[in-house]
Parts: sequence; structure tokens; C-alpha cells
Amino acid sequence: MTPNWEHFPHEADMGVRGIGPTKEAAFEGAALALTAVITDPAEVLPTQQVTMACQAPDDELLLVDWLNALVYEMATRKMLFGRFEVHFNDHSLHATAWGEPLEVTRHRPAVEVKGATYTDLLVKQGEKGYWIAQCVVDV
Amino acid sequence: MDLSLLKQQSRFEWHIPPFGKMRVPGVIYANEMLIRGMDMKVYEQVTNVATLPGIVRASYAMPDAHWGYGFPIGGVAAFDPDVGGVVSAGGVGFDISCGVRLLRTGLTVADLQPVKEELAEILFHRIPAGVGSTGKLHLDRSEMDAMLAGGARWAVAKGYGVPIDLEFIEEQGCMAGAKPECVSDHAKTRQQDEMGTLGSGNHYLEVQQVVNVFATEAASVFDLHEGDIVVSIHCGSRGLGHQIGTEFLRTMAISAAGHKIELRDRELACAPINSEVGQEYLGAMRAGINCALANRQIITHLVRQAFADTLPQASLSLLYDVSHNTCKVEEHALDRNLARLFVHRKGATRAFGPGHPDIPPSFRTVGQPVLIGGTMGTASYVLAGTRESMSLAFGSACHGAGRSMSRHQATRQWHGREVVRELAARGILIRSPSFRGVAEEAPGAYKDVSEVVEAAERAKLARKVARLEPLICVKG
Repeated sequence: MTPNWEHFPHEADMGVRGIGPTKEAAFEGAALALTAVITDPAEVLPTQQVTMACQAPDDELLLVDWLNALVYEMATRKMLFGRFEVHFNDHSLHATAWGEPLEVTRHRPAVEVKGATYTDLLVKQGEKGYWIAQCVVDV
Repeated sequence: MDLSLLKQQSRFEWHIPPFGKMRVPGVIYANEMLIRGMDMKVYEQVTNVATLPGIVRASYAMPDAHWGYGFPIGGVAAFDPDVGGVVSAGGVGFDISCGVRLLRTGLTVADLQPVKEELAEILFHRIPAGVGSTGKLHLDRSEMDAMLAGGARWAVAKGYGVPIDLEFIEEQGCMAGAKPECVSDHAKTRQQDEMGTLGSGNHYLEVQQVVNVFATEAASVFDLHEGDIVVSIHCGSRGLGHQIGTEFLRTMAISAAGHKIELRDRELACAPINSEVGQEYLGAMRAGINCALANRQIITHLVRQAFADTLPQASLSLLYDVSHNTCKVEEHALDRNLARLFVHRKGATRAFGPGHPDIPPSFRTVGQPVLIGGTMGTASYVLAGTRESMSLAFGSACHGAGRSMSRHQATRQWHGREVVRELAARGILIRSPSFRGVAEEAPGAYKDVSEVVEAAERAKLARKVARLEPLICVKG
């Protein structure tokens, strides 16, 4: 199932939100929303994979750590990611991200993400059981 | 923002009397219309900052204030270390020492016109900008540490620019107290390929014309004249600064409770100045400032080369380089004494007035240049710091127009291609690798910079010297 994601407004930057039936799906959706700040995730081919691990005292800090880990990998590997698989173990996260090297002419990246912030930071399960994972990212 | 929440002191000064846990009042410098246009988040953030330990005099907001992270963008707050004052990673932000420098060229529009397109193309191809762009300079760890310690001074020693450039940069081009050892390996790795790059978002390089001079004496001291062609460079500390901000925001957010600091907003993440983490952050942040100063110095060198190849009669000299997102140790008069304070300027510019020893001797009769970036379709301004600003806001002024709508909304309202076409029809050449990026930065997405600057002048934070209008704009 393709994770669901959306952007929400922030005056200077961009809100990213993942929505899903599980917390994992919500985190995967937030990662897609992060990619979508830069380019259309559908344009990113899953030719290479990178594994990541994060640990934080709570789910919300963990979301920020997860997104910042992706920002770091994108910046240092010069890659974009379009598919994600996240697994939790208490307050630690292990993930695989699939993507490809950035090609400016094809991906037409709109803007660079500087980092994920604690603004509008939320990880919670709604009444109907769906999870939301969101925050604002600084561009 | 609801004006009934504020007490009006004058047409351009509004106070929020302390309530709840606020230790000092909030002070907003703006006209009524600008304040009405400010989000309630600005009110919330100004009042939140006022609760931080060791804050002195007031929590300030500049005329361009808008919703930021913890601190409002356009926020100024000073802290006294002797009374438990804090340093805040949130109060400096992700783009440490993002700033602007202005170069004179010695050219007029008549010189530029025949080669405008050619110059636009050369600048676009020679100055790395946008996501994934890399600089030609790749630093090993030892050179990286030398750059973080030396800033623009290091860059000049490496052949990027001339020694006299350093006199016209805040801190003479090198922030003292930088500790490269406090900067993580992650941050250094992220910076490895990014020296001499512009970045993206609201960063730009503009070739501009001086269209108005308002204060002839100050303009003469700054050597600016109507009709002059100048170049503005707006960018910051790139990946290194972003990574330092990310890491210390987290560390401080987690350690705050241990320091008995109540954070109303995690983005206000801070630590006592006289704590281990506070000192580590200061060391790393100062290294980040040096990275930004070195970066703008390298880009200046690239711009000089581009001009030399297109307009060999040009001579590019640095007017001044100002930084927006910093925490600096400064002496300010406080209750008839001189106090050593840690002044946070988040999206705000230092604006030291006449006579201040920290500004170049040649500018001391008029005050330091304050460079206010506008949008690619409107104007930028050169102002001069005032004596009054020292007591009004610790010698600070606004930094730009401030956004009036989200990026999301801007891309729904404008298409990048149309924005480029419309501006070209007005004689403004835009070069960017992303049309969506251009739409997000459309002139209409920003407040009226002239109104912001007018309010800054009427509030006596700084005074207008010259207005610049864009001719070429390279965006990331």
C-alpha cells in the first residue's frame, strides 16, 4: 500500500504530514512528503538503497530524527529517495530508503531542506485508528 | 495580530506588558498595518522568548516579523550570563549567519546593458546554486578546521579576495571564539562539497542598480551614487550551519529540563550560557559564522571572475557584509552601566550607529551599512545604523521583506515560467534551475519591503540611504 502524505502551510517554509493505518506508515508518508518538498516522489527511481537507524526519547523527537537522517543522507550522497520501509522497536527506528542520484535536469529540485523542526510537531493516533506524523521543515 | 493586545507607545512602537511568566515586556517596531498583517504566532513567540532566563530589557520584534521557530523571524533578544542567561540554538536558527553582502562595481547601466544577457548566463553557470550543486573547493578535515577557525580571513589567505575586503565584514571577517572541535563530523561531511555555493530557497545573487539616494552624505561615505551597478549576495553557512542547528536544537531541547528551563516551545531550545552545552554551542555556532563568511567570500571571488570575463573595466569592491542569524557577545548600556550581553538576532540585522568602535573607521561618521534584501521583482535597500537603535533594540534592524504567504500558497497562485516572463518584460533577468522554486519566491509572496523599511526608519532603528532595483537575479 502506498503511504499517504500531504503538505500543510507554514508562512516561510513547508509542513510535511504522513497519514497511515500504522505508525510505520505515517512515518513513511512523512518521508514521502519530505521528498515532495524537493521533487515529485513518483519521479524518483528506487535503484539504490540506504539503511538508517535512529533512537530518541519519544515518538515526536524520533520523527524529527528520522526526517533529519534523510536530509543528511540526501545532502551527503546527493540522492533523492522515493520509497521507504520503517520498523519500530520501542523508541528506536530502523529503516530502508530507496532512491537514486539527483539529476537536476530530470528531477528539477525546487528547494533544499535545511532540517526538520519541532514546529507543529505531532505523532498521534486519531479516533478512527489512523496515525498522523507531521512537522514543519525549514527550506 | 489583534491590536487590542498591544499598548501603543508611538506610531511605530508597540508594547506587550509582561504577563504570566514573561520576565520582560515584548516590544514590536512596526506601523499599524504591518502589525495587523502579522500572524498571532508572532505575538505568541515574542511573549515566549520573554520568559527565557536572563533576558534583559525586552523581547523585540522588527517590522518584518513573521512566524519563525521558537523566536519570531525578525526577533531580537539579549541575555546576561551573570544572571543565568541562556543561549538558544532556536534563537539563531538553521542557517547560521545567513547574510547579505553588497559589492560596488564602478559600472553604470549603460555599461551593463550590451552584455546583460551574457553576464546573467555566466553568473548562472559559474556560481553553483540550487539543490545538489557543488563547489569546486573540496576541503579535507584539516583545511575544514582552518576554514571554521579563520572564516573570510582564511578564504583571503587562500586567494579568494583581497585583504581590504576583511575590513568591511562584521568581525573583520573572522568570528573569534570559533571551536571547530565542537562541530560534528556529520556537519563537516555535509559541508565538504558545498564551499562557494549559493544554496536555494530565498538565497540569491542579484545585479542591481542604485535608483534612489535618500541620504546624500551617508551615500557618499558608502561611495554609492544613483545609476551605480552593484551586486548583492544573500546566502549563509550551507549544510554545515544547518547540521549544527539540527544537532544542537535536539541536544538543548533534551537537556533543558536538567537545567530547570521550562520550554514553552521546543524550538526555543536553549541552555545556560555558562553550561557545558551552552559553551559547546557557542563554539560551534561561531564556527558556523566563519563558514558563512568564508562562503560569501569565495562567491565574491567567483563573481569578480565572471565580471572580469564580461566587463573587464569593472572593479568590484566590498561595501559591507552583514549577518542575520547569530548570537554575538556585545557591550550595551544597561542601567547606566556597560553590560556584556549575548545578543540573538534571528532574521534581524545588526545596525550599529555612528561612533561605534566595531564598525569600519571610514563609516563611523554615519553608522554601519544595513543591507535589506527585497524580492526579485521589487527592491532592496541600503540603510545606516542609528545611535537611537542602540537603546531601542541593542543596535538591530529588520533584514528583509518577510513572507506574506506560504510557499504552498505561492505555487498555487503563480507559475514559475510566467513569473520569469513577466519580470523579463520589465528588464529583470531571472536564472534558476527550478520554476517551482521561482514561484515560491514570487514577489507577491512577500510583504512590501518599502513599507518595512519605512517603518524601520520611522521607528529610528536605521535610516534609508539608497534603494536598489534588480536587473539580474540568480536563484537556487
